[in-house]
Amino acid sequence: MTLSGFFSQFLQLAIALVLAPLLVGWVNKCRAWLSNRTAPSILQPYRTIRKLFFKDAVIAENASSIFRLTPYIVFGAMCCAAAIVPSLATDLPFARAADTIALVGLFALARVFMSLAAMDIGTSFGSLGARREMFVGFLAEPALLMVLFTASLISGSTSLPSIVDTFAHRELAIYPSLAFAGVAFVMVSLAENARIPVDNPTTHLELTMIHEAMLLEYSARHLALLEWAAALKLFNYSCIGLALFFPFGIVVSGTDWLALLGAAPALIAKLLAGGFALALIETLSAKMRIFRAPEFLGTAFMLAVLAMLVNLLLGA
Amino acid sequence: MNPSPLELVIAAIVAWLVIGVLGLVRPRHFVFITRVLFPAGSAVALALAVVAVMALAAPPQSTILPLGLPDLPFHLRLDSLSAFFLLLLGATGTAISMYSAGYFRSSEGTAPGVICFQYHAFLAAMALVMIADDAYLFMVAWESMALTSFFLVTTEHRIPEIRRAGFLYLLIAHIGAIAILLCFGTLQGGSGDYTFATMRTMHLTGAWPSAAFFLALFGFGAKAGLLPLHIWLPEAHPAAPSPVSALMSGVMLKTAIYGLLRVTFDLLTGQLWWWGVVALALGLATALFGVIFAAVQSDMKRLLAYSSIENIGIIVAGIGLTILFKSYDKSLLAAITLTAVLYHALNHAFFKSLLFLATGSVLHATHERSLGKLGGLIHHMPWVAWLALVGALACAGLPPLNGFVSEWLLLQAFLFTPSLPQSFVNMLVPVAAAALVLAVALSAYVMVKFFGVIFLGRPREANLAYAKDAGTFERIALVWLAAGCVLLGLFPVNVITLLDPINAMLVGASALNAGSSSWILLAPISADRASYSPLIMLVVILAIVLLTVQVVHRYYHGRSRRAPPWDCGFPAQTPRMQDTAEGFGMPIRTVFEPFFRMKRHLPSPFDATPRYEVTAEDHFWYWLYLPIARGAEVLARLVGHIQQGRISVYLTYSFFTLLALLFLVR
Repeated sequence: MTLSGFFSQFLQLAIALVLAPLLVGWVNKCRAWLSNRTAPSILQPYRTIRKLFFKDAVIAENASSIFRLTPYIVFGAMCCAAAIVPSLATDLPFARAADTIALVGLFALARVFMSLAAMDIGTSFGSLGARREMFVGFLAEPALLMVLFTASLISGSTSLPSIVDTFAHRELAIYPSLAFAGVAFVMVSLAENARIPVDNPTTHLELTMIHEAMLLEYSARHLALLEWAAALKLFNYSCIGLALFFPFGIVVSGTDWLALLGAAPALIAKLLAGGFALALIETLSAKMRIFRAPEFLGTAFMLAVLAMLVNLLLGA
Repeated sequence: MNPSPLELVIAAIVAWLVIGVLGLVRPRHFVFITRVLFPAGSAVALALAVVAVMALAAPPQSTILPLGLPDLPFHLRLDSLSAFFLLLLGATGTAISMYSAGYFRSSEGTAPGVICFQYHAFLAAMALVMIADDAYLFMVAWESMALTSFFLVTTEHRIPEIRRAGFLYLLIAHIGAIAILLCFGTLQGGSGDYTFATMRTMHLTGAWPSAAFFLALFGFGAKAGLLPLHIWLPEAHPAAPSPVSALMSGVMLKTAIYGLLRVTFDLLTGQLWWWGVVALALGLATALFGVIFAAVQSDMKRLLAYSSIENIGIIVAGIGLTILFKSYDKSLLAAITLTAVLYHALNHAFFKSLLFLATGSVLHATHERSLGKLGGLIHHMPWVAWLALVGALACAGLPPLNGFVSEWLLLQAFLFTPSLPQSFVNMLVPVAAAALVLAVALSAYVMVKFFGVIFLGRPREANLAYAKDAGTFERIALVWLAAGCVLLGLFPVNVITLLDPINAMLVGASALNAGSSSWILLAPISADRASYSPLIMLVVILAIVLLTVQVVHRYYHGRSRRAPPWDCGFPAQTPRMQDTAEGFGMPIRTVFEPFFRMKRHLPSPFDATPRYEVTAEDHFWYWLYLPIARGAEVLARLVGHIQQGRISVYLTYSFFTLLALLFLVR
């Protein structure tokens, strides 16, 4: 545990907190561009969060403490995840405490609390959202874990920094297993971040919403925290994807910490490209009926299992 | 004189029996039984747990009791494996006995004194199973356990369904017991000596070891609820009083795990790899089956019973993996998987007992077991609700609680499997790991349903507003178990250090020595390979949460008000519009439709009193059990033809039998 380790740890957390809303703003901007709309400012998510922080909170009459506690827990879990995922450097002392399995566990913790909070008020929409969220989650979570397992089998480690260290040092070759895993990961990320085609982040139509249905009763500071946490989740998923499939530019362990100065622009460039790709996927696809989601996620799950099998068969 | 741990364990068993008999002396003296005897039983359990912790690292001790039949004394032995399961029994028994002190009411079914006797005899029988060192005593203890628990299940024997559930339980328990008896018969290998010491030295050849293993898997599987012998669990658990359900699910199922481990790794000298594959496949099938069925239940105790089936499946899958590693001489990996198995058994004992006891409190407060008629209890029963939340999160396998640690270890073991020499087995791993992960993810769904529908939302019935929180005894028990869930989750390295003597004994390796674990960081192989530290994780999350709360409260004006729920502006909401248990389980029912035998009754638009009904039943009941039952009936009818009821006919039968025997034997 070194000083530079702590430095990169805190820098990474701070950058995640700052960049996450910006990433959402960028995706929204791209979506607007692609559908020929006038784009909102890239800073719009910041303004929303700021505005929400200064509003009066309205809490439903029969809300219990779980409802009020959840935004903090979800936000804490997402920050914790942001500290594990190597976005800038792999010298992360905290990542020792939680490997990829624990990372998936953290996401699950956030999801379970979100669902419980949604059920807490006892409205029809709340429990509908909770049910759908758990429904999507029970398929997405194993698929994500299988993707991470494929990477773990290749690198012989379940710790994300070690995986990235291995991947960054290997020669540039296409691993067939990683190709399968990559497709599976994109599908899972779409589902987990409430994106089209599984969910729609901009809808408030009762037949389609999942994530938004759970947020319906939240307002003001709680809502701001949850919005921020959702942005962090998107940021985390993007960084997991970048770390697994495009680890270039991340400062691997053993190099000078000044290299962090070069890592930040690389990260931003990759995020810009990734955000655009996300907006492109969202624009090109249509929202599915909720009961088509199992097929979509089942495909992701099967692809991820195939990736593991291919890895064992070919050893690559 | 300083008594040895084994003597102390025997003393604890005797103490429980004495407490039980004292209950029989004054069967209707309610206050004496609940305020004196049950807390005393709890103290004995606590003492047993302490003794067991001391005995874990101690060398095996054995003794012979001059009881039983002439020339067949009882052999007793206390080694690390026994000590671990005694610890499990003692630690959860402490809480469950304490809870029972507050739970049993004077008016229900069997007299309280009789319940007290059955309950403590049940505890004593389970403890005796763990220290039995010959097949004779083992079977005696095993059957006493089955009988006492049967009477406890049928406490409210005036209700026909409960009698039926009890019968089913007894039937399957005995089919299992026959298999176990045959297994011991195989293990003694013709020596005629039924002590475990002889069995350890026997080297069975040919198909005999496999026969012994599969008889054990069948027999202990019947007790544990392994597919397809799980059928009694969802019937018996709801029928029994909640502390008994907790004891059965938390501890009694683990006696079967104990038996399976004892036979497989201690009594049998070598293990074959394909046993491991069969156990792994069976365990995973059980886990998936259990959790899918748990997701569609609408009775809270049935839901937990199916969840127990799931957890037993995970444990048996772990045992299968251990056999696999052991048979290929990967003793380090075998040690890790065995640790995961034992750890999960302990975790499950804690969180499932906690959840069953919580349902008991809900049942007492509301007289309602159906999830669809509960809701909003967190406002009226905050103690039970918050402690049950700990249990539910642990059961869902979420960090940093205990359920996650054992699943983490098991998944790590799966990731190590590709180092095995057999490529067929290696191919199995992704599929097996996927099934395990799916089961774990689904259990989160189940737990959200369980907790959310019972404790959150608005009360679905008017009388729920009068629900009272649990009493003092019940609170102590729930707090004890919840604390266990948290501590087992936060200090995995200390727990694994405790378990390590068992690894050394059964698979000949340590799960800790190879890695670089420190007291705070769990790293079974090396820190580069995989590491996990729940304590640091919890501290970081808490730090971030507290910091966020502080920052928000500093810069935010803090004005908030209460208002009716918004619900997209929909004005006419009633609590009935929340998801029912059926509604919450609907997606799972749709996705896994082939798993269920579904009956739907849909109302037509013209019905004056529209009725919607859907039942999802178990295929096994119709595909396996009913054909067997029908076959038995047909056979019985055929046999019935020769029953004429006239003595002359029977004498003719005897005559022909004699003739036949004379002809055959000559």
